Amino acid sequence: MPRKKITISDKVEYLSILDEKGQLDKKLEPDIPEDILLRLHRAMLLGRRFDERLLNLQRQGRIGTFPPIKGQEAAQLGTIAHLRPGDWMVPAFRETAAELWRGRSLESIIIYNNGYSEGIDIPEDRNDLPISVPVGSQIIHAVGLGWAAKYRKKDDVAMTFFGDGATSQGDFHEGLNFAAVFQVPVIFVCQNNHWAISVPLSKQTRAKTLAQKALAYGMPGIQVDGNDILAVYAAAQEAVERARNGGGPTLIECVTYRLMMHTTADDPKRYRSDEEVEQWSKRDPLIRFEKYLMDKGLLSEEKRSQVESEVIDEIQAAVDRAEKQMETLGDPMEMFDHAYADIPPYLKEQKADLARELSMIDKEGTHG
Amino acid sequence: MAKMTMVQALNLALKQEMEKDDSVIVLGEDVGLDGGVFRVTDGLIDQFGDQRVLDTPLAESAIAGMSIGMAAYGLKPVCEIQFSGFSYQNFHQIENHAARLRWRSRGRFHVPMVLRTPYGGGVRALEHHSESRETYWAHTPGLKMVIPSGPRNARALLVSAIRDPDPVIFYEGKALYRAFREEVPDAEETLPIGQPQLVKEGKDITLISYGAMMRPTLEAAAELKTKDGIAAEVIDLLTISPLNEEILIQSAEKTGRVVVVHEAPRSFGPGAEVVSRLMEKAFYYLEAPIERVTGFDIIIPLFSREKAYLPGTERILRAARKVLAH
Repeated sequence: MPRKKITISDKVEYLSILDEKGQLDKKLEPDIPEDILLRLHRAMLLGRRFDERLLNLQRQGRIGTFPPIKGQEAAQLGTIAHLRPGDWMVPAFRETAAELWRGRSLESIIIYNNGYSEGIDIPEDRNDLPISVPVGSQIIHAVGLGWAAKYRKKDDVAMTFFGDGATSQGDFHEGLNFAAVFQVPVIFVCQNNHWAISVPLSKQTRAKTLAQKALAYGMPGIQVDGNDILAVYAAAQEAVERARNGGGPTLIECVTYRLMMHTTADDPKRYRSDEEVEQWSKRDPLIRFEKYLMDKGLLSEEKRSQVESEVIDEIQAAVDRAEKQMETLGDPMEMFDHAYADIPPYLKEQKADLARELSMIDKEGTHG
Repeated sequence: MAKMTMVQALNLALKQEMEKDDSVIVLGEDVGLDGGVFRVTDGLIDQFGDQRVLDTPLAESAIAGMSIGMAAYGLKPVCEIQFSGFSYQNFHQIENHAARLRWRSRGRFHVPMVLRTPYGGGVRALEHHSESRETYWAHTPGLKMVIPSGPRNARALLVSAIRDPDPVIFYEGKALYRAFREEVPDAEETLPIGQPQLVKEGKDITLISYGAMMRPTLEAAAELKTKDGIAAEVIDLLTISPLNEEILIQSAEKTGRVVVVHEAPRSFGPGAEVVSRLMEKAFYYLEAPIERVTGFDIIIPLFSREKAYLPGTERILRAARKVLAH
């Protein structure tokens, strides 16, 4: 009847390759093709500038509330870059850069954020679920998708995103537990941005890391510097390869920071200090990645300005297209579409009632 | 043709659909080796193996949520929640995702899943095992809510539910599982979802019910005939949502007198919706106020007192006679 130590053979690692000063650990540097590096840079810059433009549009009343991603671009792009088109992306709601990487159009995001469901449209060739607002509830969907891919003997994987707050939800526990039990090809990407609206990570958990939670489920977990795109890329590459080869799920904790507000309806000055934000601004993922690319001779000031102006033009063109398209989206009758495969009789009546009501208002000339 | 209990009939539906379509997957707690606590999935794991019949960890939210992911991929999961009293733990998955994914993805994805779960009282069960909360599901746009009343229609409706492109919540009355046998044809049989059935024709009064309450309702109809000489028309809703009112209106127009029976609590129950539809569309044909015979607006009591809670033949008869006396 002993009381003795149980040896747990698994370990939790922390990975950092390119630090905040732009210093590189040559031994750990992943071998990323040059074209991918440049694509990642462009996507980071696009994500950043688009975020800034969305904030601008929101403040001008041209779109509604939205959740900015500034500071989290590396965590999103270093992971999503490993998915093939047939793989599945199961997002939370703060993955704009990853969504753009997958091919979602800028204008669809503007249109959605201005309250039109047309912005949700997902083309047949993109296996991405729509964003999920109830925190953590989407995690288990990735498990079902991964299970189905495995059942159909496909080597597709599912990647799901969530924040540090979501790790407090029961759905996080259930999702990771199911994934490990069924050994499904799923990559769980936690963007630990330190704040769940106003609640800091220290009030979310007493655990030293979020990555260590993986061990309790019997799956590998790794904590990476989420503002270091090389570290994120390397960790995700390992996880995706393992999943694709039948090795089961992985939890990746990307330690990052939400530089902006939770959503545009929130004022972070109520709960965190400017000093803290300043400290994290110095760890900006974009600055160090640009230094890395310049050190490698892949990027110059001139080239950077060129990409910058391309990105700005792309965003402006998207804003123009979105605003033009929104002029044609006034018809409220759209709300009845896609309720069921076949619309029930009483719903047809309700729809007809609204159509009648709208046409009467139109005749009276008070509509719109 | 064989005489079957509802448990056997549901098992037949699952077995035949799984044989026809390898996208049909059964999952839940104890559905494999144990065959489900009521034995509805008995023997399926032997025939189809553990890749078609999944004993999951004990977590209702994940069972429903995993089914949503499977369905989005194109499979047809049939998950079992062991008792409907445990399904509130997966309510958010159904409300936030299963019911909305078609709408939220503008038709790119849909969720052809079935959530089977035993509901209702009458079997002297534990706490949290006996309630009837169909209203929760019926109130959610995008869902279908089906409740069969016997072996034959249970089998046919389950087949239809599995093939339905939208998520279906499928309540199985525990009191019906082994209560009686019916002839269930071996050949495929389906019933349209969203279509109530006229099970007994009559001209004097309409009794509307569903699920386990169909038995006392039919008994009341028989007694009205023998003791009062009254010809009661009886309608079995079969589907709570989407509720098709046509047959209800036709019957109310014919008899002018209506009683609605269910074991769910009265306030905001399915009876309230039935009565509203009849008020809106058959008001001028009504000869008397419509009566509701329902569970009370309380938690269903522990089993020694549940008989007094559940509507029975006597309570239905009293309501019918009150309506007829107008």
